[in-house]
Amino acid sequence: MSSHKISIRPFGIHAILVEWPVKIEEAILNEILEFVQYLKKYHLKETAWEFIPAYNSLTLICRDAEIDFGVLKPKLEEWYLAKKEPVLLEQYLWRLPVCYDAEYGVDLQEVSDHLGISFQEIIKLHSSAIYTVYGIGFLPGFTYLGGLPEALEIPRKPVPRAKVFKGSVGIAGKQTGIYPQDSPGGWNIIGICSVSMFDAKSKTPCFLKVGDKVQFYPISKAEYQLHKIESEVGIYKMEKLKWDA
Amino acid sequence: MLNIIKAGFFTTLQDQGRFLFRNMGVPVSGVMDTMAVSKINALLENDDNDAVLEITMTGPVLSFEEPTFIALGGAEMAVFLNDLPIRNYRVYQIKKGDVLSYGKLENGIRNYLGVKGGFTTEPILGSRSFYKPVTQHNSVKDHTSLPYGICKDFKPKITELKVDASIIEAKVLKVYKGPEFQQLHPNQLEQLFYTEFSVAKENNRMAYQVNETIEGYQVSMLTSATLPGTVQLTPAGKLIILMKDGQTTGGYPRILQLSDEAIAVLSQKKSGDHFTFKLI
Repeated sequence: MSSHKISIRPFGIHAILVEWPVKIEEAILNEILEFVQYLKKYHLKETAWEFIPAYNSLTLICRDAEIDFGVLKPKLEEWYLAKKEPVLLEQYLWRLPVCYDAEYGVDLQEVSDHLGISFQEIIKLHSSAIYTVYGIGFLPGFTYLGGLPEALEIPRKPVPRAKVFKGSVGIAGKQTGIYPQDSPGGWNIIGICSVSMFDAKSKTPCFLKVGDKVQFYPISKAEYQLHKIESEVGIYKMEKLKWDA
Repeated sequence: MLNIIKAGFFTTLQDQGRFLFRNMGVPVSGVMDTMAVSKINALLENDDNDAVLEITMTGPVLSFEEPTFIALGGAEMAVFLNDLPIRNYRVYQIKKGDVLSYGKLENGIRNYLGVKGGFTTEPILGSRSFYKPVTQHNSVKDHTSLPYGICKDFKPKITELKVDASIIEAKVLKVYKGPEFQQLHPNQLEQLFYTEFSVAKENNRMAYQVNETIEGYQVSMLTSATLPGTVQLTPAGKLIILMKDGQTTGGYPRILQLSDEAIAVLSQKKSGDHFTFKLI
């Protein structure tokens, strides 16, 4: 822990940005998450501060007060280097069902042509990997999932679609993700997930947290329809396993 | 209840915003022109976080079912209380059945209507601010209604504030350096601070774009947090200024950060209006 060099910069007067080396690495992400837990426990009240981890950065936002950068920066550096007891991160592996039918995976053909692999190979590759949630943003409940197999790397679509349907599973660059609601979007859509990614009425509106793991498993169209109804009426049982980092 | 007879172009309910859910990708939302709303809530001796109607461009027609007191602020619009013109930043008493109707937009683009005690819809995730899909709708609809508490007696300490139009007409946005500011080169800096920018037609509660471009940016960065008031520079040299409903993360360099005051100033600008950036 605290093994990387960090840089701290002001971000307006309500936020401060802490950055780790520019790398997509689980070790860096976990170090950020451990630092968040430590800050919440000892130094920064959760009712006053927001903690936004993403890839190699942590943004700390204070809604009400103005941040005195000159005071907070050295404190953060000191806290980062302070000797800490080991932190246990509570992380889960979530198994999410995806229907990879071309009816929903509207870019499957294009992805197949572009990468020179069959639908079956795309499905096998996409559902075999275990992904890490590196960030949540863009839309409520939109997770940036890292760990896409290299054979599936494909650029974003040159022109974004005006409407991508809720649940659509997309790939772009080194990432995959699920659209939590209907929205414009530029990722290549290869399937649809029946689980609702964001529910404002729930105590935890977004069940996935940064640092969690995700694995997809293929389901048929009939299973998709069934799970979707189960999910809408709230009886769908999520598959989650405790994950030891 | 406040009855929405006609909703107008884009009318929403907003308080100071929805905090503590940005780590789930939920934008802050909340009133765009915080300076105007602070004055309204102060006049009504409300809490600063009390919810008001944010009225954009073409205003609504509204009727009140219970007595209360109201105050308006922000953009200058022709507003009539039972056919008599009323003005911004003054407390008016409302009787049961009174009708408030909005006419021509004169200056600015967002007007605010506050009621004594604020609107009392059920907060969702700690806020009454409209933002779909957190709230069911993204704006109020015709023939719906919004709840507020009855108030018959209220002796305001101040009944009217003199507010000149200079805030609405301000052309300078005061900004801080953004996290990626240091990566700009001299050409870009010169363009950024010596160009008079004009608001593009793509302007709303999520983001304001501008018509002019500056030299683009080729460095790619990892997705990281963004805030209301973050100015992003795209590879094509477009500037995107995130506003209250703006996304919570982004992958474009964050070159500037608007001050709270600058967000309020920009939120009264409409397509074609001009402004410049000035470093604090």
